[in-house]
Amino acid sequence: MYLLWDSWCGVCFQKLANIDLQHTICTFLLYIYIFYITIMTSTIDDSDKEKALSVSVDLNNDTSLLIDIPDALCERDKVKFTVHTKTTLSSFQKPDFSVPRQHEDFIWLHDALVETEDYAGLIIPPAPPKPDFESPREKMHKLGEGEATMTKEEYTKMKQELEAEYLAVFKKTVQVHEVFLQRLSSHPVLSKDRNFQIFLEYDQDLSVRRKNAKETFGSFFKNMVKSADEVIISGIKEVDDFFEQEKTFLLDYSSKIKDSTARAEKMTRSHKNIADDYIHISSTLSSVSVDDNTALKKHFEKLSDLFEKLRKVEGRVASDQELKLTELLRYYMRDIQAAKDLLYRRARTLADYENSNKALGKARLKSKDVAAAEEQQQQCLQRFNKLSESGKRELTSFKGRRVVAFRKNLIEMAELEIKHAKNNMSLLQDCIELFKSS
Amino acid sequence: MAAEMEPPPLGDAGQTDFREIEDGEGFFVSTVTILESPEPSSPDPPSMPAEGISTNGPKQEDISLDDDPEDLFAEATEEVSLDSPEREPILSDGPSPAITPVTPTAMLTPRMGLGTAEMFERSLDELEEDESGDTFDMHIAVSDPEKVGDGMNAYMGYKVTTKTSMTIFSKNETTVRRRFSDFLGLHSKLASRYLHIGYIVPPAPEKSIVGMTKVKVGKEDLSSAEFVEKRRSALERYLMRTVKHPILLKDPDVMMFLESSELPRAVSTQALSGAGILRMVNKAADAVNKMTIKMNESDAWFEEKHQQFENLDLQLRKLHASVECLVCHRKELSVNTASFAKSAAMLGNSEDHTALSRALSQLAEVEEKIDQLHQDQAYADFYLFSELLGDYVRLITAVKGVFDHRMKTWSKWQDTQLLLQKKREAESKLQFANKPDKLQQAQDEIKEEIEELEGKVQQGEKDFELISKTIRKEVSRFEKERVKDFKVVIIKYLESLVQTQQQLIKYWEAFLPEAKAIA
Repeated sequence: MYLLWDSWCGVCFQKLANIDLQHTICTFLLYIYIFYITIMTSTIDDSDKEKALSVSVDLNNDTSLLIDIPDALCERDKVKFTVHTKTTLSSFQKPDFSVPRQHEDFIWLHDALVETEDYAGLIIPPAPPKPDFESPREKMHKLGEGEATMTKEEYTKMKQELEAEYLAVFKKTVQVHEVFLQRLSSHPVLSKDRNFQIFLEYDQDLSVRRKNAKETFGSFFKNMVKSADEVIISGIKEVDDFFEQEKTFLLDYSSKIKDSTARAEKMTRSHKNIADDYIHISSTLSSVSVDDNTALKKHFEKLSDLFEKLRKVEGRVASDQELKLTELLRYYMRDIQAAKDLLYRRARTLADYENSNKALGKARLKSKDVAAAEEQQQQCLQRFNKLSESGKRELTSFKGRRVVAFRKNLIEMAELEIKHAKNNMSLLQDCIELFKSS
Repeated sequence: MAAEMEPPPLGDAGQTDFREIEDGEGFFVSTVTILESPEPSSPDPPSMPAEGISTNGPKQEDISLDDDPEDLFAEATEEVSLDSPEREPILSDGPSPAITPVTPTAMLTPRMGLGTAEMFERSLDELEEDESGDTFDMHIAVSDPEKVGDGMNAYMGYKVTTKTSMTIFSKNETTVRRRFSDFLGLHSKLASRYLHIGYIVPPAPEKSIVGMTKVKVGKEDLSSAEFVEKRRSALERYLMRTVKHPILLKDPDVMMFLESSELPRAVSTQALSGAGILRMVNKAADAVNKMTIKMNESDAWFEEKHQQFENLDLQLRKLHASVECLVCHRKELSVNTASFAKSAAMLGNSEDHTALSRALSQLAEVEEKIDQLHQDQAYADFYLFSELLGDYVRLITAVKGVFDHRMKTWSKWQDTQLLLQKKREAESKLQFANKPDKLQQAQDEIKEEIEELEGKVQQGEKDFELISKTIRKEVSRFEKERVKDFKVVIIKYLESLVQTQQQLIKYWEAFLPEAKAIA
């Protein structure tokens, strides 16, 4: 499969090499994605799949509903995912089917779930973020600008790096969408949601169901109201210790984790920059060695080789760090936001309950509509209790999930760092041996 | 192949102590040889060969002097003996104090007869074959930068410590205080003496107005501390390179610089002084001249080398730029890691699951240590790799300058030749002129001029040949030094990288059990 890709890539390169880079970018993207990704995901083996699931463990255990995203296509800015479902449940029409979906469809599903009254007491898995190819795109621009100053080899290597980065972003976005669906499918309540089923099954375009402009604006407005509301509600006195604690914790933690995520991203970026620098150094060293005719010639060659190998390792370090640390933090940043939303909804019902109490009191005073007010109050109380109960459950399991995920990722990251450092060391020591002996 | 030392047993003085001289590669680096008696028993300074001659053989050959058939110093009467493994260049403090930039052959020839000239020739050839085994025993350290004075007249004083066991120095260990302009002054003296006869004089570190102003103003921050450190390290490397050059080492100014406690202030190095402006004018004139001289290169070696150095210059500059980028990014990485460490610590604090909280705090500590590691690595990147490349970029400029001087010498020679030709034509014209009374006088005049010019032409030719020879020697020495230098520094740099990786492994391995302990 990779051979196919390689030969296609070669053809593309040759065709596109003569055209100017701007044009090349678009067509390049088209080619690369259409071919690479269709091939890529089918060659991911199990270990990769495991890695992909690491941010959230214990998914897809229930074989009655198995979901995955076996491949995806990228056209310009849009990514088309193929959602594949295997189920033994009778609620679905077929036991095995696939549908194409776009990112916006996932957002629709998420919003639909959030808006469902019944799920107010649940932590809705956070929506996957929009596919973001900004950073590789920026890099490609820079590469185009710097083309004149680089040798051919250097340019090719940089281009390879760039491809690898595009691919990494792509893989990440596929993974994140997949995890979203898998969390839904493994949740006892959410997996039975009607909208979810439609999402999985409806074999035609879901765009009719997506928000049009008015609705988008409406939801934007709703968000604003919600934020204002949050402020008001945070002033309400909490009756339950558990929730009081959770609220304080989540608020604090959420801001800290946002901060950490941003800094982890910067750190990863620096690692990548260093890996790129090694490319330049390696290729300049090899041109120095070509011209040199002293004893240094061989040394420069070896050094150039060494830097080439080192940069591959550095690149891996950067991407592993990204996956294990930065992605972990990013994911839980969003998850914590979902947990905060739950708290907000519960607080909202508490506020409603208190308001209904006041209304009842007033009604009793006026001796008017007492029954209705009582009814209202009872309903509010019920809703509040229901949310409190399920909220407690959800938050406790959330904590457990979080701890397990952190543990797994931190262990994996430490192990990978050690592996890469050992790799680096052996490369360096070999080179030093060669130098000392010659 | 090692050179054979030609120790002339002068006269029949009985005790010529010739110590066995071991050698791998003795060679005459300079254009003259020196023979000198270190023993107190022969206290007479060898005045004869003393002027501007030196011998080098860092390791000198096992020679039984009886083998030596040459009796070069027929005129000399002193006992001379060769000394041991160390180089023993001597300058006589006596009658001829300094090595003047007169072509040594010219000096030697009248004194020492043909023998020395032959020796000299041979020595050059041997030099080209030899490898340089460097047991030259000298170590210079520049340390303790201290600000002296205040305000805009302030300057940094550096302590220069010389440790050596070579006997040309009066003490084994000398310490003096010098300031930056002293270094520049030394360099300008050496350059004016040696560059135009073809010796590659190592360039001094560059002036930096911004850096110095910060120091003068008294800004005690990280960047000015770094600037001082950078300069200190550059000065140290400059001095080491200068003394590694066997000719420059024996220059009295170098000795004075290293040993005497007071040095006359080198005002001509100031940028805005008269001398500074003169320098700038000269540089411009040189640049114009370079473009106008079209040299008829008869020697392919020079053509090739010139091209090689041009290429090397370009490549090294590019490499230097890339390495500077690397240094910059590594510093960034260190800063980012530090900031991440802080935020991870805060995250750990606010985490309510105890084991996870502890693990996160540990992670923060690890990252903090790693950031320090990255910073150290950035320093190594800079001081080892980047500065090496920077030094060599500047050195190659000096080499190119020497090639240019050769061109100038050639052009001078050619010009003199042209002038001679013109005069000869004028002479022959006179012979056909119609003024018999003035004829004799004019003819005499012209004959004189022609003789003078012939002498000059010969001199010019000799100069040219000499500078070509010197350059060949210098280039080969330079290349050897370069190979050694690069090898040593690169190994050091790679070892620093290995160290960093080792530390990383240690830190992460310490963290792993903490991560596993999360329940």
